[in-house]
Amino acid sequence: MRENDVIGIENLSKSFGSVRALDGVSLAVRTGTVTAVLGPNASGKSTLIKCILGLVNPDEGEVHLEGAPVKGEWRYRARIGYMPQSAKFPENLTVDELFALLKDIRKDLPGSGALDTELHERFGLSAIGRRRLGVLSGGTRQRINAAIAFLFAPPLLILDEPTVGLDPLSAVILRDKIRDQRAGGRTVLLTSHLVGEVEEMADHVVYMLEGRPFFDGSIEDLRRITAERKLERAIVRLMEENRSGASGQNTDLRNS
Amino acid sequence: MGQAVKILTYEIHNLVRSRWLIGMGVLLLAATEVLFRFGGDPSRAVTSLMNVVFLIVPLVSLVLGTVYFYSSREFNELLLAQPVNRTAIYLGKLAGFTAALSLVFALGTGLPFLLHGYGLGDYAGKVAILLVVGEALVIIFSAVAFLAATRYEDRVKGLGSVILLWFFLSAVYDGLLLLAVHAFHRYPYETPLMALVMLNPIDLGRILVLLQLDISALMGFTGALFRKFYGSGVGTAVSSAMLVLYAAIPIALGLLSFRRKDF
Repeated sequence: MRENDVIGIENLSKSFGSVRALDGVSLAVRTGTVTAVLGPNASGKSTLIKCILGLVNPDEGEVHLEGAPVKGEWRYRARIGYMPQSAKFPENLTVDELFALLKDIRKDLPGSGALDTELHERFGLSAIGRRRLGVLSGGTRQRINAAIAFLFAPPLLILDEPTVGLDPLSAVILRDKIRDQRAGGRTVLLTSHLVGEVEEMADHVVYMLEGRPFFDGSIEDLRRITAERKLERAIVRLMEENRSGASGQNTDLRNS
Repeated sequence: MGQAVKILTYEIHNLVRSRWLIGMGVLLLAATEVLFRFGGDPSRAVTSLMNVVFLIVPLVSLVLGTVYFYSSREFNELLLAQPVNRTAIYLGKLAGFTAALSLVFALGTGLPFLLHGYGLGDYAGKVAILLVVGEALVIIFSAVAFLAATRYEDRVKGLGSVILLWFFLSAVYDGLLLLAVHAFHRYPYETPLMALVMLNPIDLGRILVLLQLDISALMGFTGALFRKFYGSGVGTAVSSAMLVLYAAIPIALGLLSFRRKDF
């Protein structure tokens, strides 16, 4: 593991019953990059993210955050802002109360610095501060979800399909915010099915397939290897080549 | 510890505004009031109320607890991604739910007694024991509900298992005991019966309250023996210890399960 990696993953495996969700994944996410994890459904993207967050306990392998193993730890999560795919909040709390709860939880922890309320303001969450969370629409909940992830200005952001369910304006605001993170030296790990979005924001792509990183490299690498300019086509080409390959093994193309 | 208290506080905030809990409080209040008005003297009101309490409280704790825990699953995921340890989340949530339900129960059953002026004097002790035992049942069955909801991913299984448990403890178990008594009526069955009653928290609670009421005199020889044991210092200590154990076991198992769980 290199020194400037935020996340270092070594040989991570996880099975759910007979389904092997992660199959010996090794990955590194460098500081100050936007890394997109792509892949079809059930390719292990969510499980990978949940292992980093400690939501899922891996069967084998280790996850390191900023050089320290995360197993059995919880304080390291003060360094992470997480936006789940969809969120349901306690119905009878108000928007303000939810934010108060989350601030309250981190209050006494070291390393929680100044708050970043930009998204909170731009999404107009102050105006609905006294509304009950149970009556909010899905889109509004997603905006709250995003604002929570960025609120504590964490060095690492993990965003699971961040723009799904957001209206176009909010999606643009969020994308701008994600790009700002990189400029500020922060690291972003996101999953997405929207290739255009990935192309716009990410500088590094991990393509997951059947529980393994099938491709792990920069977008330029991917274009060069496949001789395709469009990311979407490049991915398709990559998969086709793999399928017709004699070995049928998933290869790490970064080294080829 | 501090984090568990924070989570607990917000849980209570959330729950006391829940329509289900408010509805349950109003229902209990109405039931108590009706029993008071039509049940004659307050001693009989306590007896009738006891039957309602021992039927309803476990059921409501089990069903509401399970449903509540399942419905907060996605929020749990968000909480778990925060810098909080799992023990604080689980215990904070459980304590918050138990506290809210306890409050509703205490208000629903206790308030009419106070309003009718029985808060002091002879009946205070009887009402107090009913409330204390009722609270114990709230704690025990809320813990069981959280355990079931943690163990079973499938809501139908979780809810089904707690309803089955309730049915077993509040109907089947007593039926089996009566059968046993009938079958062994030629033998001195009293001591084993006392032990068997202890194995069911609802029955144990019922005995503890019954012994405080005058009608225990009507229960004959068995009643006298029960009174001798449960009325003694040792009996009280043993039955209290059993109730604590009935709460501690599901709390410990649920916590263990929650700490190991994949979300």
